[in-house]
Amino acid sequence: MATHTLDFERPLLELERQIDEMKRVTGDTAVDVSKELAALERKLAELRGEIYRNLTPMQRVQVARHPKRPYTLDYVNTVFTDFVELHGDRLFRDDPAMVGGWARLDGMSVMLIGHQKGRDTKENLHRNFGMAHPEGYRKALRLMGLAEKFGAPVITLVDTPGAYPGLGAEERGQAEAIARNLVEMATLRTPIVTAVIGEGGSGGALAVGLADRVLMLENSVYSVISPEGCAAILWKDATQRERAAEALKITAEDLLELGVIDEIIPEPPGGAHADPDVAAQALGDALRRHVRLLRKTKMEKLLKRREEKYLSMGALSEK
Amino acid sequence: MAWFKKERKPRTSERVKLEIPADAWEKCDECGHIDIKDRFIRALNVCPNCGHHRRISAQEYVDLLVDEGSWHELDSGLRSTDPLTFENYRDRLLVAVKKAGPLEALRSGYARLDGMPIDLAVMDFNFMGGSMGSVVGEKIARLTRRSAEKHVPLIIVSASGGARMQEGVLSLMQMAKTSVEIARLRSARVPFVSILTNPTTGGVSASYAMQGDVILAEPGAVIGFAGPRVIKQTIGQDLPPGFQTAEFLLEHGMVDAVVPRSELRDTTAQLLRHMGGRRPAEAAD
Repeated sequence: MATHTLDFERPLLELERQIDEMKRVTGDTAVDVSKELAALERKLAELRGEIYRNLTPMQRVQVARHPKRPYTLDYVNTVFTDFVELHGDRLFRDDPAMVGGWARLDGMSVMLIGHQKGRDTKENLHRNFGMAHPEGYRKALRLMGLAEKFGAPVITLVDTPGAYPGLGAEERGQAEAIARNLVEMATLRTPIVTAVIGEGGSGGALAVGLADRVLMLENSVYSVISPEGCAAILWKDATQRERAAEALKITAEDLLELGVIDEIIPEPPGGAHADPDVAAQALGDALRRHVRLLRKTKMEKLLKRREEKYLSMGALSEK
Repeated sequence: MAWFKKERKPRTSERVKLEIPADAWEKCDECGHIDIKDRFIRALNVCPNCGHHRRISAQEYVDLLVDEGSWHELDSGLRSTDPLTFENYRDRLLVAVKKAGPLEALRSGYARLDGMPIDLAVMDFNFMGGSMGSVVGEKIARLTRRSAEKHVPLIIVSASGGARMQEGVLSLMQMAKTSVEIARLRSARVPFVSILTNPTTGGVSASYAMQGDVILAEPGAVIGFAGPRVIKQTIGQDLPPGFQTAEFLLEHGMVDAVVPRSELRDTTAQLLRHMGGRRPAEAAD
């Protein structure tokens, strides 16, 4: 665990060490330290809560990118059952940065689609750090087509630094792939629920995130550009990322306020990685609730509302 | 050997006589060719030597594409409200207005092309890099809605570095907003010709610019999702020559045709005559 401790979690580490020490020292003796132990543990919980309530936007980015944070395939078995992964876009290749397939939620079949990051270097090379190529977005669209055909809701989990900016990606039409997904999702005749579970990286996130309901896990972020990228462009200095993270308004609270998302899904104290099961429970509850509601809505009404939802986004005045 | 002593006239006296205004000449950024400014202008700001297409303003595209006197601008009163109170954004908007002339990075309106009614939107790269914020998104959405409702073909000339950072995720959502209207336009079977100029990247290329029924591109225009600099940084090597140019996209099947500026008007008109308003049901009669 210690290898992945974030800077601002250091005070927690110290308390944890004290608790471990106390347990170890008193383990063999008859001295009763349960009171002291309980006090320390209470203090730890309080401190953790305190730290996580007051995270700066950049600290949230760090939590959203935490290498232990649950990814799409982790939720496959904790939120869903009966997952059957489907591969390939039928045009070029299978993109491991985007996964998808049939799954069961609340007793019903759904099409689950999501970005997939890797846990270590080897996995990340395979998953391309969760940055999809055009074939990833095309696979996602193919699966959405299946969902529409068989009357299953689509659930997408967003967790990507962005669409991959590389030679092959450009050659095969990264922009076209994203643009096509957007225009197709706008009229897809089945409910779509999106949950941002980690990083919502710009167009690469939106390409599977145009939905009837957009939810965000408490410590996830969603942005038009990474704080580093923004700082590099505006101030020619990527180290100004704190300032950029602040300015871009990328936290779940910000997005709720801007009217871009519908709901914030609470995470356990210490973030989703501190207690993945609790996080999965909360995510599952929210997904079930929204899918149930959307399934009751008549198709024409659903599409009309989806349209209105996006047409209302923006901030302008008219003279 | 008298010629050694031959007196030379000072050379300067004969020159200087030609009264040429200082700005009469222009130089091509691409090939260095120097020519009379007027020749650049008459060639629609295309270099007479190498064919390099220089950037022109939204107004110049309007003049180039529509029948004289037929242009009616719409929604020109829309302004950004700085929803994030992003540092310096208001100042940058003021500077952009001074620099570019129009009050936003896109102008929209209706007009006629060869007598056919059209709805036309043109982006202006001089205005904050043609970036798409709430105003650009709203103008595209409204114009597209108009096209669908009135059954008037839609033409969008794009020039953009992508979404406008200063409006954060709201800029990103303009990709969704415009896509929603383009989807409606599709259902209404109204033609949409997308014209890509230098450069068309980011959130604009990843939404309406790439959603045209027909996609045309000006020669040499840089078109892509990520900008060349970002790609270079990511892969850590130089990009192959011609990468992400209009010609490159044509070769990879991403655009329908590369059309020189001088032919844009006629090609678009020709396309609209092919696609204009004839429904399959009628065609079958």
